[in-house]
Amino acid sequence: MAKFNRGGKKEVPPLATTSLPDIVFMLLFFFMATTQLREETALVTVKLPQASEIAKLERKDLASYINIGSPVLSKQAEYGTDARIQLNDSFKTTDDIRDFVAAERENLSEADRTFMTVVIKADENVRMGIITDVKQELRRCSALKIMYAASQASK
Amino acid sequence: MAIKRKAEGINASSSADIAFLLLIFWLTTTTMNSDKGLQRRLPPMPDENQQQEDVKVNRRNIIQVKINSNDRIIAGGQIMEISEIKDKIVEFVTNPMNLETLPEKEMKEIEGFGQYAVSKGVVSLQNDRGTSYNAYLQVQNELVKAFNEIRDDFAVKNYGKKYNALDEDKQKIIREAIPQSISEAEPKDIGKRR
Repeated sequence: MAKFNRGGKKEVPPLATTSLPDIVFMLLFFFMATTQLREETALVTVKLPQASEIAKLERKDLASYINIGSPVLSKQAEYGTDARIQLNDSFKTTDDIRDFVAAERENLSEADRTFMTVVIKADENVRMGIITDVKQELRRCSALKIMYAASQASK
Repeated sequence: MAIKRKAEGINASSSADIAFLLLIFWLTTTTMNSDKGLQRRLPPMPDENQQQEDVKVNRRNIIQVKINSNDRIIAGGQIMEISEIKDKIVEFVTNPMNLETLPEKEMKEIEGFGQYAVSKGVVSLQNDRGTSYNAYLQVQNELVKAFNEIRDDFAVKNYGKKYNALDEDKQKIIREAIPQSISEAEPKDIGKRR
C-alpha cells in the first residue's frame, strides 16, 4: 500500500462548480416551459372528487373552465356559502354561460372550434341541481364536449 | 504609459445562486396542474320547432341507473351498492347467455375486423337535483370502468393485448364494436315525484 501513499498528505481538489449555473438554468427553463402561470384567482373552493378511470385532457389550449363550489372564506360575507359558478374572474349565473362559451369559442381558430372542451371543475359536495343547469345551458349553446374534472383515486 | 492589464474574468460564482433564486420563484408561483377527468359528450339539444319524436328503444335494450337525493343507487330496478354496479353493467352490455331479458345484438360489419355482434344496450343515467356531485361522479366512474373492462376483454381475446396498449387503428375497431353508450337523460326530479 505504501506505493500509493508516496506523496504523503494530499488535499482533495475542490469541486468544480463552474457548470452549476448552467445546470440550474436548464432546470429553470424546463420548469418555465412545462408550467403555466396561474391565470385566474380562485373565488370558489373546489375539492375535486376522486375517480379511478380518468383520462388526461389532450389539448389543454382548447379547454375552458367552469368552476363550481362554495365561495372562498373572504367572499362568504358577501355571497354566502351556497354553491356558485365562477367564470373567469367573477361569480356568474347560468345565464352568463352562453356569453362565456361564445367568447371562448371566438378565441379559438376556426378549425379548433368543434373540439372545444368545457371542463367542469366542481366541488364534490355540490348538489347536482346546479350542475344539471350548467349542462343544460351548455347543450343549448351546443358546447357538447365536456369533462368532469377529477383527481386520481389512490388504489 | 498605458500598462496593458490582462482582462479579468467576471466572477461567476454567484450566478448559480441567482439561478437558484429564479428557479425557486418559478416553482412556488406556478402550478403543475394537469387536467384529468372523465370526458363525456352531451346529447344535442332537441330542436324546438322540430316535433320531438320518441325514438322507440326496446325495453330490454335499456338499463336505468338512478341516483336519488340521498345518494342511493338503483340500477335495473334493484337497489345496489356502488361496487355492484360495474358487474351489473358488464353483464347487461355483454349479455353472455343471450338472454331474452338483456339487450339484443346486431351483426355489424366493422372495417378491418369483420362481422361482430354489437350490443344495442344503452345505459341511461338519471339523477336528482339533490344528488351530490361526488356520488354522481362515482357512478359515472363505475360505468366507464365497466365499459373499459369489456373493451379490455375484447382486446385481449382478439389481439392479445389490453386496450390501452393497442395502436390507434385497433382501438378504433374496438370503440366501434363496443360503443360507450351512456345516455345522460333529460333531467328529472326523481326525488320529488314520489
